[in-house]
Amino acid sequence: MTAPPDDCLARNDWLCGAYLSSRSEILLDASLQHLRLTFVSVLIALVLALPLALAARRWRRASGTILGVTTILYTIPSLAMFSLLLPVYGLSAALVVAGLVLYSLTLLVRNILAGLRDVPEDARQAARGLGYGPLRTLLTVELPLSLPAAFAGLRIATVSAVSLVTIGAIVGFGGLGNLIYAGMNTYFKAQVLTASVLCVVIAVAADLVLLLAQRLLTPWTKATKGAG
Amino acid sequence: MTTLSAAWEWLADPAHWSGPDGVTHRLQQHLYLTAVCLAIACAVALPVALVLGHLGRGGALAVNLSNVGRAVPTFAVLVLLLLSPVGTWGSWPTVIALVLFAIPPVLTNAYTAMRGVDRDVVRAGRGMGMTGSQLLARVELPLALPLILTGVRIAAVQLVATATIAALAGGGGLGRIITAGFNLASTPQVVAGAVLVAVLALVVEALFVLAVRPATRTARSGSTG
Repeated sequence: MTAPPDDCLARNDWLCGAYLSSRSEILLDASLQHLRLTFVSVLIALVLALPLALAARRWRRASGTILGVTTILYTIPSLAMFSLLLPVYGLSAALVVAGLVLYSLTLLVRNILAGLRDVPEDARQAARGLGYGPLRTLLTVELPLSLPAAFAGLRIATVSAVSLVTIGAIVGFGGLGNLIYAGMNTYFKAQVLTASVLCVVIAVAADLVLLLAQRLLTPWTKATKGAG
Repeated sequence: MTTLSAAWEWLADPAHWSGPDGVTHRLQQHLYLTAVCLAIACAVALPVALVLGHLGRGGALAVNLSNVGRAVPTFAVLVLLLLSPVGTWGSWPTVIALVLFAIPPVLTNAYTAMRGVDRDVVRAGRGMGMTGSQLLARVELPLALPLILTGVRIAAVQLVATATIAALAGGGGLGRIITAGFNLASTPQVVAGAVLVAVLALVVEALFVLAVRPATRTARSGSTG
């Protein structure tokens, strides 16, 4: 009989280099799934949120309904949301994506709407004076000017989504959450800590990427912030 | 539709409401956890936020705390606590995790509320010879109250959600009905548990909105009068 190896895996340490090197493939797969789920969800939410925000701005009655419904959706706890979608999507990645889309919608619609409403009337009238039609005004004046507010919502939605993906572990599609869930059941400390830290790293990295994108897309905001 | 009616049948069965795994007991656990953790979070966060807001210090802390709270997954913290030495202390891991996630909304909103009080009103109070603590208690706190209570409301709804997730890590509460449903591969039970949790969250939110309305009105009339 050979003695059990005395390494950090056998001792079940929190920090374990051997875990990182021997399970790097699992960690990479989980991280990629985590990123995919987040990206797809936020992207779909963005595509849905823009027309909803435009409709809410155009029609007063629509704005009440849209904001009311998205707020109610946002109040529903994540585990309950995923569970309510179970009969529709079954145990699938689509279930997690659908749940995350519903959460992100609230933040995105609210912020895009706030951004559109904050567009100075002067800018709108200047566009009309230049002979811009409604669509051209929207695309070249109103949307760019509402980008800072929209990005604020996008950043919060993305960071929240990264964190919420972990709950998808209940249906087996939780990215790094799967590793946390499995690590909990087997008391595997290194796995739980590594996956948790990677979650936070992904959230912070996503936030920074979006911040950088915002800086590049709205170079004028930095100038006004410096002056203000 | 069949799943919904099956979930309804699950809820209508009195056998599912009694006993240690029954809805009544799980609901009690859920409400107890939410109330206790909300009280602890307020007791920790409100004094800090009020004093920092009054002094106008630590704004970066108040804002960043919220961002950190959003980036760190609740589930991860729950499991980390469960595997740490704290994990052997019964329901303490759940309580600690719940309090940790309830503090940021309370603290950030209370701080923002205190800083948002009209500086002219504060200066007028100081001109009348009010001391710092009098200013805080009689001028700033009443005017900041609506937004402070908004923070408490957000924390309460968040606690209902976090307490649900606690079931994934072996905690009690209504989330257990959902996780047990998953383990039994019983979609009706999962949906029934989810409906209960969703309704609870919405009721808590509605109760807070109703309870806060009078406070908002007083503050508004106070600021105009």
